[in-house]
Amino acid sequence: MAVVPSTKVVAPLKDELDIVIPTIRNLDFLEMWRPFFEQYHLIIVQDGDPTKTIRVPDGFDYELYNRNDINRILGPKASCISFKDSACRCFGFMVSKKKYIFTIDDDCFVAKDPSGKEINALAQHIQNLLTPSTPFFFNTLYDPYREGADFVRGYPFSMREGAPTAISHGLWLNIPDYDAPTQLVKPRERNTRYVDAVLTIPKGTLFPMCGMNLGFDRELIGPAMYFGLMGDGQPIGRYDDMWAGWCAKVICDHLSLGVKTGLPYIWHSKASNPFVNLKKEYKGIYWQEEIIPFFQSVTLPKECTTVQKCYIELSKLVKEKLGHVDPYFQKLGDAMVTWIDAWDELNPPAVPATEPVAKKDAPPPKAK
Amino acid sequence: MRTPPSLVSLAIDSALAQLSNISDLSFLPDHILIDLFLSQWSILKFEYLSGENSAGEAPCGIFKLPVEGFLKRTLRAGKLTEKILKLFIATGKEEVLSHIEALNIQLVLTPVLPTSKKNLSMSQIIDDNDVDIVIGALHSDLTPFLDEWRPVFSRFHLIIVKDPDLKDELKIPGGFNLHVYTKSDIDKAVGSASSASLFSGYSCRYFGYLISQKKYVVSIDDDCVPARDNNGGLIDAVAQHISNLTTPATPFFFNTLYDPFCKGADFVRGYPFSLRNGVTCALSCGLWLNLADYDAPTQALKPGQRNSRYVDAVLTVPARTMLPVSGINIGFNREVVGPALLPALRLAKEGKFRWETVEDIWSGMCVKVVCDHLGVGVKSGLPYVWRKERGDAIESLKKEWEGVKLMEDVVPFFQSVRLSQAAVTPEDCVIEMAAAVKERLGPVHPVFARAAEAMVEWVKLWKVVRTRLSP
Repeated sequence: MAVVPSTKVVAPLKDELDIVIPTIRNLDFLEMWRPFFEQYHLIIVQDGDPTKTIRVPDGFDYELYNRNDINRILGPKASCISFKDSACRCFGFMVSKKKYIFTIDDDCFVAKDPSGKEINALAQHIQNLLTPSTPFFFNTLYDPYREGADFVRGYPFSMREGAPTAISHGLWLNIPDYDAPTQLVKPRERNTRYVDAVLTIPKGTLFPMCGMNLGFDRELIGPAMYFGLMGDGQPIGRYDDMWAGWCAKVICDHLSLGVKTGLPYIWHSKASNPFVNLKKEYKGIYWQEEIIPFFQSVTLPKECTTVQKCYIELSKLVKEKLGHVDPYFQKLGDAMVTWIDAWDELNPPAVPATEPVAKKDAPPPKAK
Repeated sequence: MRTPPSLVSLAIDSALAQLSNISDLSFLPDHILIDLFLSQWSILKFEYLSGENSAGEAPCGIFKLPVEGFLKRTLRAGKLTEKILKLFIATGKEEVLSHIEALNIQLVLTPVLPTSKKNLSMSQIIDDNDVDIVIGALHSDLTPFLDEWRPVFSRFHLIIVKDPDLKDELKIPGGFNLHVYTKSDIDKAVGSASSASLFSGYSCRYFGYLISQKKYVVSIDDDCVPARDNNGGLIDAVAQHISNLTTPATPFFFNTLYDPFCKGADFVRGYPFSLRNGVTCALSCGLWLNLADYDAPTQALKPGQRNSRYVDAVLTVPARTMLPVSGINIGFNREVVGPALLPALRLAKEGKFRWETVEDIWSGMCVKVVCDHLGVGVKSGLPYVWRKERGDAIESLKKEWEGVKLMEDVVPFFQSVRLSQAAVTPEDCVIEMAAAVKERLGPVHPVFARAAEAMVEWVKLWKVVRTRLSP
């Protein structure tokens, strides 16, 4: 039997959700999102030159962190946060105090559904996160918790409660998320197919997680959403979200949490330069041939009952099993541990949120 | 000094631009026709999937011209669309057809099949003779059903199997190429004991699978009619199933843009290149608009619920992921997995409504285990059919609860069954599965012990009948 979320208010979860946006240019795109985002708190992670001022459109409630802030807050642990790569967004996940995160790229705009109506991507992510997933058995009518759908004949009733949804992975119209080789061969391909479905990625199946339109339950999976060491000073780029997705999916499978993909769509407006992308991705294209079998064969011990424990265990396995591929993976394994240390420091367990441990100076002005 | 263009080449250039407005090319002299054809060869419209070769070639989604095939003109503005290709084929000119063959032009997309009955050896543009449409007749008057499906079915051979329990004579309209099998045919082929236990009710269609000689089989319940897509166009469910079966499946890694082989889509960033060739798709599971395939409790609870959501996607069901395969609308590659579609799980009070059966769910999970073991794929999604109103869920619920409860044991079993390396054919796989069913599920409920026996009997039957049928 389908479960319909009880909240259908205009700004659901507005005090429980942070919108994390990494940016290096400007935030003009927020104007288009205003009706959908205005009531939510934003966490801006400013990449690149910290002396540059990023203008946030008026009326948004936000906190902004540049590289100096990251260094100040994390101290030596700041080494795990990438520089000159949108991977830096995961710093926003760490400092947030909310239960849910929605993250979006600054070249993503509001899309329209086939009827011409503007899509409230945030509301759809919330719906996805508030309704269960079905990772244990595939439902051929996709998400049974959506209105108008249900579990099909043959679906065991004992599995119909589903699992809590940890991640909601949205898609993109217009510029699709292709790798550099595909972009080079099909520079003009645009995604025009609106697939009206949300579905759970089955347990035991890995997927390529794109960070440009993503929601997740920070309390359920937050510590696994580390976007790795990318960009400046690193041999690889554009695999940050992939890495987080593979780690997070393995952990979700282990902890019986669900991952959904499909709606909502956003409109992806900028095609990045495929030659620049190729340079960044080059190693990743070869490395992923080893990385995927690694993740497909990982088993986490029963004793790993929390996300942090799973993640630390994963970091050990990364060093052990992927170390031979490139020394980068030793560094990455260490960074994964640093990340968890930093996460635990900023998010001490079971302490009411009255005692901030992070030594944050007064946050930048929060215009309203 | 540059040679000025000839009148002929100017005319051809002009014709290229206008080709989509021309309806008949057969008046053209052969040499002009060839020139025109080769000029149309465009790498933008057709995917070149070469049988052997792709050594060092870029991943699927890329086009390559076979150097030896590419003759006079290079890429031009015109695109070799399906319509124009048909125009060339319709001329019937030998040289054109042999050029098409030599260039190995392969339509990967849903083909609008050439109306010509010529046996063109274009792989991927399916030969009508490769397909059987198997219909289990649970209703005696098939006229409305077949009339609605006529535009789609009429080019194919149909196998109609009458439910042995159905008393009335079948009423079948003319204009189809079909064979009808009734109880007496089934009895003659397999003996009346088997026929009673294996082929009654919805399971009658398995007899059609047993005796089919074709590579692809498409099967649709006789209470379904063609659906319409979001643009109001009639959906050719057979063409879509065949397209699903003749394009690769991708069971080893999930593609977030669904089927990467369909037009306008591809593999996304992060998809390992070594997995981009995909594997053969052995089973295609379609969906239903209007009356979705819910079980009786669900439909009884939501009597007014109808499925109106058209989801424009086909996706591969990942390896080791089980799913409830509905028999209402399926297609499969009989040569690859034929014996694994089997009538085995028969409920004590099985009836003549889908709510009162689970035979297809069982069969589907057998097929999925076999596919996972043999490394072939299963797709789900398009095509949709329109399933008509029929029956009363509450009445069915009063009669039959058992199937719903049995799923609690069935699903965990199939999720955990593992086959040995020695099982290399679908028949081997079924025998091993039957042994596992007998051992692990047999003690739970007698219906499973009978299912195990039916599976073994089915494989024997399959071997006997196939031997008899081979030339």
